[in-house]
Amino acid sequence: MTPMLALVGVEVRYGAIPALREVDIEVRQGEIVALLGANGAGKTTTLRTISGLVRPSKGAVLLNGRRVDQVPAHQVVGLGIGHVPEGRRIFPRMSVLENLQIGAYHRRGVTQAELDHIFELFPILRERRNQEGGTLSGGEQQMLAIGRALMSKPQLLLLDEPSMGLAPLVVEAIFDIIERIRDEGTTVLVVEQNAAQALQLADRGYVLENGSVVMADDAETLLGDERVRVAYLGEGAA
Amino acid sequence: MCFTENFMQYLVNGLANGFLYALIALGYTLVYGVLQLINFAHSEVFMSGGFAGYFVLQAVVGRQPHGLMSVLMIVLGIVAGACGGGLIAFLLERVAYRPLRRRKAPKLAFLISAIGASYFLFNLAGKEFGRTSLSVPYIFNGTNSGIAFTFLGAQVQTMYLIWAAAAIVLLVSLDRVVAKTKLGQGIRAVAEDAETASLMGVNIDRVISQAFVLGGLLGGAAGFLYALNFGVVYTMGFTPALKAFTAAVLGGIGNLRGAMLGGLVLGVAESLPLSCVNFNWQDVIAFGILIVVLLFRPMGLLGERLGRSA
Ligand SMILES: Nc1ncnc2c1ncn2[C@@H]1O[C@H](COP(=O)(O)OP(=O)(O)O)[C@@H](O)[C@H]1O
Ligand SMILES: [Mg+2]
Repeated sequence: MTPMLALVGVEVRYGAIPALREVDIEVRQGEIVALLGANGAGKTTTLRTISGLVRPSKGAVLLNGRRVDQVPAHQVVGLGIGHVPEGRRIFPRMSVLENLQIGAYHRRGVTQAELDHIFELFPILRERRNQEGGTLSGGEQQMLAIGRALMSKPQLLLLDEPSMGLAPLVVEAIFDIIERIRDEGTTVLVVEQNAAQALQLADRGYVLENGSVVMADDAETLLGDERVRVAYLGEGAA
Repeated sequence: MCFTENFMQYLVNGLANGFLYALIALGYTLVYGVLQLINFAHSEVFMSGGFAGYFVLQAVVGRQPHGLMSVLMIVLGIVAGACGGGLIAFLLERVAYRPLRRRKAPKLAFLISAIGASYFLFNLAGKEFGRTSLSVPYIFNGTNSGIAFTFLGAQVQTMYLIWAAAAIVLLVSLDRVVAKTKLGQGIRAVAEDAETASLMGVNIDRVISQAFVLGGLLGGAAGFLYALNFGVVYTMGFTPALKAFTAAVLGGIGNLRGAMLGGLVLGVAESLPLSCVNFNWQDVIAFGILIVVLLFRPMGLLGERLGRSA
């Protein structure tokens, strides 16, 4: 069966410096896949390549078997890819409601039912709906960024470090929501530095190092792997 | 006494000019909002609107229009001016800016391209339409400079009323378009965070083009309104546009309501002192304000950026 998303031999360069080398990643329908790695490993670059914000110099990105790596960034969302960028990047001067509406920019008409669904996932957003996005707390902004991406009705949701800078309880709430989003039928590729929690959530995981995939396995196997434990779970060598 | 003498008259004159500055200033601020670029060729957008209105009226105005016919002529002139301005603004973006954006050129290249485009356009107009001022056909009972009424000692020209009415309609329309429509949503999103906007499906190139055209419509309409009073000539854009730029900076470049406010404030600020000093000081005062604002409050009165509903 063709995977929903496939990166095949993807290479990305910033000038002369390669940020991704020969990256192969697959995400199948209904999965949660975690993409792990240290700072600067190339995780964000991977997601940006999938969304068309950067062009691979080699290789291909396939969505349901169709090449999408030359599609202009603004058309990618229409193909069913929702991207929650690193640092949330909500529109600070727009209200919460407008931030959600703009998530549906690529399609016609936002119904109240769609908004209600987001408000049901994130009740706090309903309370804050007329507030400017920039006035929300970090956790609320993350929820808004996820809600905004969901408004595009994606088949695949890309999340770039959703736990960044958030209190443990908030992280837990967000991870619960991610699971629920998957259960409602959206496939998820999540980038995390918080490897332990991400692997508990995910079905499978990839580990990036210096732009290359160095490990790819079931989440459970990775969780038990010595190298992963030492490098990413902060455990000393046994 | 100086300053109080004819105060109302100078206030009225200043406000009338201010409405035109506001219309032109929006062109600077819209483009700056989405591109962080000052479109220094906007003066020629204004000029093109003036000529477009002039030629259309030249073609259709019969003998001494009055009443409803006068109104029709004004609307026709404004529409023609807006179309002329919008078209030139659209072409400017395509020819003078987009190729530079594709090549990721430095900001200085945009500035030079703008100045080049500006010189090209006004010299082209000078060559094609002559180097002397042409007056727009009279559309109110055989004049364009009649007095509508006197208010607290100030003579209010019919022209001022038209400027104010047209500007208010256009400014409010623009404000609503930017605040309420999908087009406006795209413009605001690109102004706040262009890359994230593109993730939402906003076509940045198209939004930039739309910002130029919207600004061009208003600037072109202003060009016609100005021409009604002052006629058209190839260099007509230079001073009003530079003042409108001052107004945009004064209000906070990138801030739409700031540009509207800045236009009115500048119009009044350069006019009121004229009861004390010679008329020749008007431009000195206006550009003195520009320098003072840049020195002491570069973010302008209302602050930079396209606000939520501004
Ligand atoms: N716009 C850019 N220009 C140049 N180098 C970049 C750019 N973005 C990222 N990089 C470099 O590419 C590498 C991968 O970065 P990134 O994908 O952001 O990593 P991660 O998200 O895993 O922290 C890093 O070495 C980073 O410095
Ligand atoms: Mg990153």
